Amino acid sequence: MTGRLRWRKLVSGFMLTMTGVCALIAVSVLFLILGYLVYNGGTSINWEFFTKLPAPVGETGGGMANAIAGSAKLLLLATLLGVPIGFFGGVYLAEFSGSQVAFTVRYAADLLNGAPSIVIGIFAFAVAVHPFGHFSTLAGSFALGLMMIPITLRNTEEFLRAVPRALREGSMALGAGKWSTIVRVVIPAAYRGILTAILLALARVAGETAPLLFTALGNRYWSPGWNQPTASLPVMIYTYALSPYEDWHRQAWAAGLVLLGLILAVNIVARVILSRGTAVPRS
Amino acid sequence: MQASARPALSVNLKPTGIANTSREPSAPSSTRMTVSKVNFYYGEKQTLFDINMNIAQNRVTALIGPSGCGKSTLLRTFNRMHETVSNARLEGEILLDGQNILAQDVTQLRRRVGMVFQRPNPFPKSIFENVAYGPKINGAKAPIAEIVEKSLRRAALWDEVKDHLHKSAYELSGGQQQRLCIARGLAVEPEVLLLDEPCSALDPISTAKIEELLVQLKDSCTITIVTHNMQQAARVSDYTAFLLVGQLVEFNPTPLLFTTPGDPRTEAYITGRFG
Amino acid sequence: MASRSFVSRLREGDEIARLATFLCAASVVLITVLLVFELWRQSALPRHKFGFSFFLTRVWDPIAEQFGALPFIYGTLVTAAVALIIAVPLGIGAAIFLAELAPLRLSDPLQFLIDLLAAVPSVIYGFLGFFVVVPLMREWIEPALKKSLGFLPLFQGPAYGVGFLTAGMVLAIMVIPYIISVSREVLLSVPRDQREAALALGATRWESTWKVVVPFARAGIMGSIFLALARALGETMAVTMVIGNTPTISASLFSSGYSIAAVIANEFTEATGDLYLQSLIELGLVLFLLTFILNGLARLMMLLTTRRGTGMGNA
Repeated sequence: MTGRLRWRKLVSGFMLTMTGVCALIAVSVLFLILGYLVYNGGTSINWEFFTKLPAPVGETGGGMANAIAGSAKLLLLATLLGVPIGFFGGVYLAEFSGSQVAFTVRYAADLLNGAPSIVIGIFAFAVAVHPFGHFSTLAGSFALGLMMIPITLRNTEEFLRAVPRALREGSMALGAGKWSTIVRVVIPAAYRGILTAILLALARVAGETAPLLFTALGNRYWSPGWNQPTASLPVMIYTYALSPYEDWHRQAWAAGLVLLGLILAVNIVARVILSRGTAVPRS
Repeated sequence: MQASARPALSVNLKPTGIANTSREPSAPSSTRMTVSKVNFYYGEKQTLFDINMNIAQNRVTALIGPSGCGKSTLLRTFNRMHETVSNARLEGEILLDGQNILAQDVTQLRRRVGMVFQRPNPFPKSIFENVAYGPKINGAKAPIAEIVEKSLRRAALWDEVKDHLHKSAYELSGGQQQRLCIARGLAVEPEVLLLDEPCSALDPISTAKIEELLVQLKDSCTITIVTHNMQQAARVSDYTAFLLVGQLVEFNPTPLLFTTPGDPRTEAYITGRFG
Repeated sequence: MASRSFVSRLREGDEIARLATFLCAASVVLITVLLVFELWRQSALPRHKFGFSFFLTRVWDPIAEQFGALPFIYGTLVTAAVALIIAVPLGIGAAIFLAELAPLRLSDPLQFLIDLLAAVPSVIYGFLGFFVVVPLMREWIEPALKKSLGFLPLFQGPAYGVGFLTAGMVLAIMVIPYIISVSREVLLSVPRDQREAALALGATRWESTWKVVVPFARAGIMGSIFLALARALGETMAVTMVIGNTPTISASLFSSGYSIAAVIANEFTEATGDLYLQSLIELGLVLFLLTFILNGLARLMMLLTTRRGTGMGNA
């Protein structure tokens, strides 16, 4: 073997090993994040955390019950606002539309999707807070719902399109109308992918903080109804983390663990659902 | 198709304007590569059974047979390309100049045994850069421009591209791209050139050009070609090997194999009774 | 007669469905248009008052009603640059490993883990950045950099852990998954025979990967970088928790600074007076436009990869 060839093979082995190192670094970050959260927050996850309201400022103890409830409310309303628009819009794109309209709608959805979440927050403020003069759960849900629309739309369209023509034609040949076919045949065939998309959209907005900063704001107490500012997990984490109180830091670790745990769990469930189904496009 | 009335000589042996100096059962030539007791497996499935043959130096050897017979698989063992597939396993020996290629360094081997693929696959670079790629990485002694010109001439492409060397290879027609791939393979001055159905994606005119090329190239190179086109094998090769379901059924000088095939299966194949 | 009304009812049902779904689709367009409109309308004051000098003024003084965007643009760009310098080599390297070296049985689960990494919310990155990375930078990394590379103005000055460098590092971790997943997909789609052709010429595995496969995929890889850049520019929470939040322009990476998204997040609810608020909104508009352009470029790059794949010469 010539010296040159030996050198080339050395370089090859070295560089390929380095790529493995890069992959290792990338993957290990995930475990580091989880590790730190479990180590620092694991012990603080207790009954108190889930059921108590925050203690008065400066005192130790208390929990994040209101933040958990607040996040749940925000996400519920966001789903009710965003998913139907995204879903039915996706149905339109896949089943009814011509290419011009489809292109415009898809383009708009991509624009919306690509907008930084803080910009969505500004928009939601301008539309749902400013005119009414106060912060509210509704405004927060509006912001989060906006973010769910494009994900739901694109994925619904993609998964519906992936359903083979033959199924549709089979249904129509039996005398079913277009809408009937869509509801009874096409959507059921694509339900796995669509459900996955909704779950992933949910997981994404569950962790969003920026859009809530000027819509739902925050609240140290319960927030009844939809018209008052509300606490949420991400905002609590942010507030507590930057505070000077040790006890609040401790609770923030726990909250971080809970939030990330839930988000990762939803992600894993969504992908498991997807992989169980027949070959459909990834989201 | 009733073939009983058809003579075995249903294959067109008329040279198509090619100077065919080696049509006679060739002047004896030394052996370049020896295939010895080769068995090949994809995982559990065996696809080549006890192959033994010699590839003659400076001659064209054709591997023919119906699809799935293993001719491409066999060809790809000659430069150990089978190793890019994870569950491929080779048993036996393949000797190049008396040395087992399986024991050598594979990178070095592939410089000596080059390959042209079924579909033209030029790199997304200029014509010049495509041909220069091999010499550059292997450390060429002569100036690169000289090597590129020489290779393009050997591939009968120089005149068509000499003023466009820096254009993208994708601007060439399919036939030209394949000749570019041949030039690229020749640029590292291989001792053996393997071609895997090189004309199957090309039109007849491009095919004829490449066949002409191969006959000229064998003076400087040993050529092994896989083809599903029997007429092509008859036109171009000095020796032909007929494979069937992974077995080497017959291996003979080409005129012999096509006029008086030794095995009834060979006769059945070349008279078109199957395949 | 009966069948006709049945049929027309059927068609009517389809018509209603078509209309209803159309309205939903149309509302998406409407919302987007409204978004851009509101951003434009509600930033009218500073646009008229400052014009283009808004982007060139360093001073951000709410009390004196002087608003200049330069410190935030600077911070946004510097942190994004640091992020890309770190993330691009790491990301492409990892993508090469996942696409070329790792068998699919390993590559798919690893990609799954990378996807999970992309799902981690910004506030968690910020949180860990603040409690883990900042002390690390302050105690170990920044002093080490100062000692070894302190002759460069980049690594001079007081190092408190928060600042451009730390924010850039946290951003790098956040955008790596995007580079990896898109690049991996593009690399996997490079036709096998490209790699085989290179190997058949006697290239080593690295040579065939780096000189043939990666260049073939370069448009898609560029696209992934634009995508990553767009994310880096828009990140809010992680940045604001580790950048220091002071509108400073400094050559030193150790200095604390500010980014567009961070200043909006911090000062929006405190903004008194329309000019203040609208200046922040104008910053939001700028951010939106930047990410819009980058996302468009990214999509263009992806289009180029798919077209080139079929760009073989005709027979």
